[in-house]
Amino acid sequence: MLSIGLGHYLTLAAIIFTIGVVGIFLNRKNVIVILMSIELILLAVNINLVAFSIFINDLSGQIFTLFILTVAAAEAAIGLAIIVVYFRNSETIRVEEIKNLKG
Amino acid sequence: MIAHSVFFYIFSLIAIVSAVMVTVSKNTVHSVFFLILDFISISCLFIMIGAEFLGMIMLIVYVGAVAVLFLFVVMMLNVAEQKGQWFSSRWDGGTHIPVGLLVSLIIFFELIIVIGGWKYKPDLLNSLSINISTEVTNTRSIGNVLYTDYILLFQISGMILLVAMIGAIVLTYRERAGVKRQSYVKQISRERDEGVDLIEAERNKGVKIDA
Repeated sequence: MLSIGLGHYLTLAAIIFTIGVVGIFLNRKNVIVILMSIELILLAVNINLVAFSIFINDLSGQIFTLFILTVAAAEAAIGLAIIVVYFRNSETIRVEEIKNLKG
Repeated sequence: MIAHSVFFYIFSLIAIVSAVMVTVSKNTVHSVFFLILDFISISCLFIMIGAEFLGMIMLIVYVGAVAVLFLFVVMMLNVAEQKGQWFSSRWDGGTHIPVGLLVSLIIFFELIIVIGGWKYKPDLLNSLSINISTEVTNTRSIGNVLYTDYILLFQISGMILLVAMIGAIVLTYRERAGVKRQSYVKQISRERDEGVDLIEAERNKGVKIDA
């Protein structure tokens, strides 16, 4: 309990990952919150990689985390641009009203 | 050791609570702020565990850039205040709630099983390739690897950022009517004869200029 090991970090990452998945599933109002949930999931993956990197004593995990950070930033920029364009065209970004693809 | 664990629990509690608040908040601006809090506490954890470069980069990239980008978009689109329950739906009568919770629980227990299995096979932890040196700082050792072994990946990630930038600009660009713009072609291809007129001015009469 008192000594923090790999399992603690992995459990934290698992909890945050699951919260992100719950956010994606249950959200019916706002696409931006779904994007934020995706950021949470990527954050959980980053926690996993960094924890393994430290506890295995291997630097590669931190390098991969750096690249995931890059891709996450690019994904956020593109996603928000798509949301802005969608809002400009249809004046809503509520999830339940985005039904053009009959999803 | 005790301080380490106390701070771990504090930061992870803040991270989990703010992650829940990101998805639960009715106001999207509050969600963005809780996302910022989440990133800050996770970067504190990174710094605590010994990956201080990544913690600082996390602060710069996420708190400084991504979260502010989210905030800009939320305020620009004026969707901050959500009416009614955030999880209610008019279309399927709320059947997505138990399904979503079930799938999330299954994912969570799978992750926990993976973690538990890791405890029973600890020799998997012995795959060493690039050792973390204790003599130089974390930033320096990352730089030593990143600019030599991973230089191609580094350049490709730069290209990804460039493509993302161009894509965002192309997506959000639109022609507006009635906006006066510079036309470089017109400016450069202008000749002297079009621009300058030599007029012989008569005395006491002046020159009539018509456009």
